[in-house]
Amino acid sequence: MEGNIGELGQYIGAGMGAIGAGIAALGVANVAGNYLAGALRNPSAAASQTATLFIGLAFAEALGIFSFLVAILLMFAV
Amino acid sequence: MADVAQSEGVLVFKPLDQFIISPLFGDGPIYWYTPTNLTLWLGIAVVCIYLLFVVGSSGRSIVPSRIQSISEVIYGFIYKMLDDVCGQDGVKYFPYVMTLFVFILFVNYLGLIPTSFVATSHIGVTVVLGFGVFLGVTVLGFVLNGPAFLGMFWLKEAPLAVRPILALIEIVSYLVRPVSLSVRLAGNIMAGHTVVKVFAAFAGIAALSPLSVLAIVAIYGLEVLVAGIQAYVFTILTCVYLKDAVKPHH
Repeated sequence: MEGNIGELGQYIGAGMGAIGAGIAALGVANVAGNYLAGALRNPSAAASQTATLFIGLAFAEALGIFSFLVAILLMFAV
Repeated sequence: MADVAQSEGVLVFKPLDQFIISPLFGDGPIYWYTPTNLTLWLGIAVVCIYLLFVVGSSGRSIVPSRIQSISEVIYGFIYKMLDDVCGQDGVKYFPYVMTLFVFILFVNYLGLIPTSFVATSHIGVTVVLGFGVFLGVTVLGFVLNGPAFLGMFWLKEAPLAVRPILALIEIVSYLVRPVSLSVRLAGNIMAGHTVVKVFAAFAGIAALSPLSVLAIVAIYGLEVLVAGIQAYVFTILTCVYLKDAVKPHH
């Protein structure tokens, strides 16, 4: 393999950023799973909380996107 | 396919080349007045919105035609969302919220057309949208409430000793709002389109494995879902931030 060690650092850093995105997936699934559990217990109240569900999903996913952003910045903007 | 190049017999595939902004005419430098593919697709989005909402509803019939009922459904959806979150005080900001939602929705969906360009994948576009919301909500909060708007950070429900630290955390999370709004939209759309492009490269082996075409269809369907959801999330977060400004007590 050829290339300088700076590029190696970029690639390794980007790969570690991908781990952060994977952990964010756990957070998003947590929000969705709790909503589902609550909705199955109380179906009539579920419809009123769909807005809260989406807001919670957005916040959890945003941090995964920040981690992806760090990976992209390391790959292309350093 | 400008993204697949050959160098010394090795196939080089660059999925991020789809986001390059290039001038429409000629190859010169890009000034603020240069027509680029980005401005072209922004213009196409505005034209499509005009066609749907203004021309489609020009008959103004009480029993709506099909096109008019599409615009009525979108109008009613956003109006109900704004009314549920902000109450009647916030409903006067409906034009702004509706503009945001419809613009992001149309730009996202137009970007799903193959070989098109999606403007919201660029942080430059979403930062303007996000900072517009942040500045608007902050100015509105101070105009409507005066200095009492800062009481939003001083939580009365917490014990007195903890309040300064919580206030600091609240201020930081308030200042992060424009960053999170813009990066969320740009990151989702860019990542989604990059994944679609990577999966599309698998179409090269479709003769060997029809499963690759199924994978492309599945990921494209996910992108259709994400395009709509990201427009909805941007808008509902704008409504929540508006509620903070219009009625600052939690």
